[in-house]
Parts: sequence; structure tokens; C-alpha cells
Amino acid sequence: MRQIMTGNEAIARGAWEAGCRVAAAYPGTPSSEILENIAGYDEIDSEWSTNEKVALEVASGASIAGARSLAAMKHVGLNVAADPFFTMSYIGASGGLVVVTADDPGLFSSQNEQDNRWYALHAKTPMLEPSDSQECLDFIKDAFDISERFDAPVLFRVTTRICHSKSVVELGVREDVPVKPYERDPAKRVMTPAAAKARRYILEEREKKLREFSNECSYNKIEWAASRKVGVIASGIGYQHAREAFETEDFSYLKLGFTYPLPDELIRRFAEGVEKIYVVEENEPYIETFVKSLGIACEGRSLLPAVDELNAGIIQSAVLGREAKSGPSAGVLPPPRPPVLCPGCSHRGVFYTLSKEKDIVVSSDIGCYTLGVAPPLSVTDSVICMGASVSAGIGYFKAFSSAQKDAREEKPEKQKKPPKIFSVIGDSTFFHSGVTGLIDAVINKSESALLILDNRTTAMTGHQENPGTGFTIKGDATVRINLRDLCAACGVRPENVRTVDSYDISAVTQAVRDAKASREFFVIIAEQPCALIKDVVRRRAGLRCEVDRDKCIGCKACVKAGCPALSPNDGKVEIDSAMCNGCMICAEICPTGAISRVGEFDE
Amino acid sequence: MSNDKLERAGKAQKRGNILLVGVGGQGTILASKVLSEGLMRAGCDVKMSEIHGMSQRGGSVSTHVKFGPVVYSPIIDEGRADILVSFEKVEAARWLTYLRPGGMLVVNDYEIRPLSVLTGAAQYPEDVIGKLKDVVPNLLAFDAGAIAARLGSVKAQNIVLLGALVKCMGLDDIDWRTVLKDIVPSKTYELNVRAFEAGAEKI
Ligand SMILES: Cc1ncc(C[n+]2csc(CCOP(=O)(O)OP(=O)(O)O)c2C)c(N)n1
Repeated sequence: MRQIMTGNEAIARGAWEAGCRVAAAYPGTPSSEILENIAGYDEIDSEWSTNEKVALEVASGASIAGARSLAAMKHVGLNVAADPFFTMSYIGASGGLVVVTADDPGLFSSQNEQDNRWYALHAKTPMLEPSDSQECLDFIKDAFDISERFDAPVLFRVTTRICHSKSVVELGVREDVPVKPYERDPAKRVMTPAAAKARRYILEEREKKLREFSNECSYNKIEWAASRKVGVIASGIGYQHAREAFETEDFSYLKLGFTYPLPDELIRRFAEGVEKIYVVEENEPYIETFVKSLGIACEGRSLLPAVDELNAGIIQSAVLGREAKSGPSAGVLPPPRPPVLCPGCSHRGVFYTLSKEKDIVVSSDIGCYTLGVAPPLSVTDSVICMGASVSAGIGYFKAFSSAQKDAREEKPEKQKKPPKIFSVIGDSTFFHSGVTGLIDAVINKSESALLILDNRTTAMTGHQENPGTGFTIKGDATVRINLRDLCAACGVRPENVRTVDSYDISAVTQAVRDAKASREFFVIIAEQPCALIKDVVRRRAGLRCEVDRDKCIGCKACVKAGCPALSPNDGKVEIDSAMCNGCMICAEICPTGAISRVGEFDE
Repeated sequence: MSNDKLERAGKAQKRGNILLVGVGGQGTILASKVLSEGLMRAGCDVKMSEIHGMSQRGGSVSTHVKFGPVVYSPIIDEGRADILVSFEKVEAARWLTYLRPGGMLVVNDYEIRPLSVLTGAAQYPEDVIGKLKDVVPNLLAFDAGAIAARLGSVKAQNIVLLGALVKCMGLDDIDWRTVLKDIVPSKTYELNVRAFEAGAEKI
């Protein structure tokens, strides 16, 4: 059967066809739909894990116990999972173990543009790179075999344009691969220094066998053209862009699908057959560096940009010197349209409150609430990576305290209180890696404060369940971790934990003031479900705010909360009833009481 | 060759690059999905590329659909879209450089003011359609939002635009009703069929 599928759908389908039994992931664009699709196959035990390290460890344990298993994550997720990844390369796989890394050239939705192909080289794991959805399906099926044959986890590297592009796929059938009978093998799996050292030698031997495989396998292949002048070496989406860019040229190709270890002999053979070689790859010169290390001349990064994704036009102008042809311009300046917090977003009121506070520093985190940095809210001093809000807040506090000590010694009369630090984190991110920072803050007596934005979902990546929602990936009810109890268990004194309604600006303001006054670590849990959760949409569908035009004085104070449903018109403010969900934040801000809510909750 | 195969071979000769742009939440992805599915069933090779995540929260979004005998890259470069379908006026201006010389612009005469305009930090340009007409001779502009609203829901504007697009591409011999039936939620099927036909009538 032929079907048009995204790369992520094809990976899920392929894993199922390959007899995969266990799959675990933490969401992250562009990888999230892999597990969402896998969860639809009953033969695979799938889970949303607390974070990527947990996901890879779950898959690792399942592999050791004999089941074909998979872990999926976005590129930065592999940083979190790097620890088990490196050592699983030593331990190897009993049931095939496949780690999918979804990189994001062009930074469509990521905090960096790291190229995870280096991870394969660094951890010495075989790597596959598909270039379209059909290859996603075919390669992942083989990835489990390769993992078992070479006793190694396989890194399956995809990028945004592979994950989120659809192309036509021929489906296969599921092969039922039983769980291997379990056999205990401590020398191979208990990584004491002595055991690890023994494995270390085996790794070197494995590497040689893998390179032989790389030279012979069908994933790496030469496509000779009639004229043997120019050759192109490419992998993944780079291959597709190159084929399009050089459609009218008579170029030969070395298409690489198995990219660690790279095929030295095959590359030599290709180089002997052509006069000039171009390497077409996004971001890092991963293939190019290897080709040059063989003493083979080639051009890549000297012509093609390191930053951003490639496309056929960029390649044509860089390699063929063909002028890029841009279309017409309408001579109008389109106003910027970056992503914004949605109408009714539960994060808005909290950020509005923080925007009004003086002498604070906000150490924020990754999620929809990162958008609080945008005007008109313009709150947030730094965002590093998931979980860093809490721990970086501890560091801010230490540095400010240290500076204050100096100031006190030098000019005691000019003493100024340092700013209060508010760490801001979403519920999913808090469970992912904020808890460890919280424990650190408490035991090291940080006087910073933590705001947990509990919107009962992992909103940014498409509303996945998390430990605070009470449901599994399959939608089955499960234990809901209570944030308040968790904070208390981490040592925060109960009187220093405040729970507020995110929509209630005066309650949020009072809690923020109390946190500012506290000399102990203080936690505010702001609760209100994401406005886009289906059930919330249904319950609030009949609600909307309305402006009394006689009372509105056109001061635009409400507009400062940055809600897209509000628009100034003829000196007054109007509210788009189709967008509004009646959250009432604008009404609370309005100094003349001109805004009120109409309609009923649908309970 | 069977009739079916003959027809497929004929279709496979066709090729095209269609860029659909709009504002996150307007349904560009669903429209592209229907389009790609129809093209695949007609025997074409098809690739479609969409962007998820951060860019969906009310931001400017784009979906690329490419079809032909063989399609390699899933993305359309600047100056190479045969048809640009813009679900919002000013987005047409933003993405216009993607249109090839002589390409066709289908634009929804519909305005969504971005936050930068609502807060007064930027201006929504005046007479966008007029200015687009000055530089794109091959332009079709109409208010798909109003048509969809009249049919029952403004949300169906994506399928109104799809109906117009399919008609101007001369792809109206594909069985779009069946494709719609297989893809859109059954509750909205009737509405979407009417939306599709209303769009096609605009040509
Ligand atoms: C290590 C890592 N994994 C995954 C992601 C992708 N990601 C960005 S934000 C986010 C979750 C945000 O959820 P939450 O903290 O609940 O905030 P919300 O979006 O719901 O406001 C995820 C999974 C990432 N950036 N880094």
C-alpha cells in the first residue's frame, strides 16, 4: 500500500514493522510525533518519559532484557541523554536499540543548531541518515538488525525537513520478533572501570567491522553520471537538495545513508572516478572533514554556509555561480508577526504582573512562556536550556550577594538591595529537570524564588501528557504528581509555597510581593490549564469579554498585556469575540471597569 | 495500458511548486494535506513540508507542496513557486519573493493584525491588495473568510482557498470529494465540500 507520510510517521511505522517492543521519549520539536504515532500501535509498550535521559535508560534496560527498543528525542535531548548513550555504546544491545535524534538546522524551534552527527563519532555508535520518508521506514527497520548484529546502539539521525516533510511511502508488514531469552552477563553490562576497559578494546574491534560494513552496505551507493567530471557527496536532506540543484547537470553522486563510520574505501573509489568533488551538507563539515582526512581534495564549507538550512537555490549559486532569482516585491513593509502567547493563555497574567515589578531579575526557561520576553511584556533576562531557570537563579543570587558584600565594604552609605531573582518554569520542564535545581536551591539556602507555571500540559510541543497531568501517552489514567507536595518533599517550607490562580492578577501580585519579602526560598505555583486544551476550549466556548464603549477611555492599559484579541479602534478598544475565552485579565487591568465577561461556562 | 494507468501517466507529466502561507491557526496544514493526498492519488510524486512548534503560536507560517514525475527537495526556494496561496493579505507581501516570474498569486482578502500592530509598535500597511496587483499581473483576490462564514464557519476558509487553487491549477478532474471525506473530520465534511465548491466558483 502506498501512503503519503511524514518522516516521523514513517519512523513510527518502520519501528512497528521491525518488531519494536518498547519505545520511550520526551517530546521536542521536530521529534514529538514519532512517539505520538508509535503509541497508536498496541504491540509497542510506549511511554512519555520524564526526560530524555530517562527515556534512553528505559529503552536501554529493555534492550538489555532482550526487547527491540527505541528512544526518540530532539537534538538537545541527546545532550541530556548523553550519559547513558556513551556507556550503552560499551554495553551494546541484546534486543536492537535505536536512538533517534531529530536535529534542527535553521533553528525553527530550538535554542541552538548543534549537529548531532558528531555524537556518533564521539560515542563510536553506528549511524543512519535517511533522506526521505521511504528511507525513514526502510532504514529504521534495518537499524534494529544492525544494532543486534554489531552489538551496538544505532544513532538514527534525522532533521526538521525529514521529520516534517511528507513523501510517498510503500508500506510493509510487521515482523514479529520475540523478546530474546534473558541471560545475565555482568562482565558485559556492569560498567566497573575494569569491565569498561575490557569493553573499550572490543569497541575498537567493532569499529573496524562497522567500517567494512559501511563500505559494502546498500545505504552508501555511487550513482555514476555519463560524464565523470564532477562528483557530489551528500547525506540526508542535503542529498535531496543537491539532486534538485544539479538537475540539469551531469554530476555523479555518492549518496551516504550509513554515516558512521564513514566508508573510506568507497569514498576513495568515488574520488578516483571524478575530477572534482563537492560535499553538500548542512551545518557542520562532518563528511568533508573525513574526506579531507583521507587526503582527498573537496569543496564544501568554503562555498556553502555553515548557518541555517540549505536549499537548492543556495547550492546552485554557491557551486554553479548561478544568480539566485528572487521574485517580485510589493513595496509594502509587512509588520513583524512572530509567535505570541495565545488569547486566554494562562502565562499572560503572570508575565504582566512581573512586567510591573521593579528590581527583579527573571531567569526563565523553555516552553510557551519563553514568549514572555517579547514586547509588550518584555520580561525575562536569560533562557539557557530546560531546567536552567532554577539553577541559574541560584547562581544569580550568589553573584548579586557577592557584589553586594563588596559594595557594603566600600560605600556602606550607598547600599542598594540587589534585585530579587524569579526563576520561571513550566510544569513539564519542572518535572524534566527543574526538581534537581529546586533541591539545590533549598539545601544551599538560595533566597531566589521559583514560579511554576502549571498549565497542566506540555503546550509548546503540542500538548503531550506529563507527570502532572494524570494520564499516560495512551490516555490511561495514572498517578498525578502533586507539585505542592513535591516542593514540600524537596524541603521547601509549606508556608513558603503559595498556590494561585494564574488568571487572578491581584493574587499573583500578592504572591510575588511575598516572595520578594521572603529571606527563604519561596515557590509560587500558578495554576490554570492551557487555553488550547480541548476540554478547556469546550468549557469556555460560550465565554467572552466585552468592552463598554461609554466607559472605555482609550487609555490602552489593557493592551499592555499583549493579548491578540484586543485591538485599539477609533480611540477605544475592541475585543475579538471569536478569539476571546473570557480569561478576564484585560478586565482586571482596566482602570475604569469598562470590560466585563458575558456568557456561561459549559460544565 | 489500462485507462487508470494512462490517466496516471498523464498526470505524472504535470509538475508544480505551490507555497501556502498564512497565520498559525488558519488551517494551511490541513489544506496542504488534502492537496498532497489528491496529487498522490493522481499518480504524482509529491513532497510537502510544514513547520510545527514555535512558529504555530499565531506566527507567520508556510507549507510547501511540490509535485511532478520525481520530486527531490521538499522545499521551494525563493522565486520558484508557481502559485503562492496566501491565507492573509500582508502574508502575501511577506512571501511574495517566493513567487516565480509569471507565477500566480491567490490571496485571501482577509486581515489579521499582528500583535506588533495591535500594540502600536508597527503599522498594518494600506491597500495591500492594490499594491500586490501592481506587481503581480496574475492575481486572484477574494474574501474567503466571508464566504466560509456565510457557509457556516470562518474556519472553512482554508478549504475555500483550496477549491480556488485546485481549479486554477486545472486539477479539478481529481476526485477531491473522496479525498476530503478521507481527511477532514466527518462532522465538517458537508461544510468543507460546500466551501471547496464555493472556492472553485471563484475562478
Ligand atoms: C532537552 C530538551 N528537550 C525538549 C525540548 C523541547 N521543549 C521545549 S519546551 C518543552 C516543554 C514545555 O512544556 P512546559 O514546561 O509545560 O511549558 P508550556 O509550553 O506548557 O508552557 C519542550 C519539551 C527542549 N527544548 N530541550
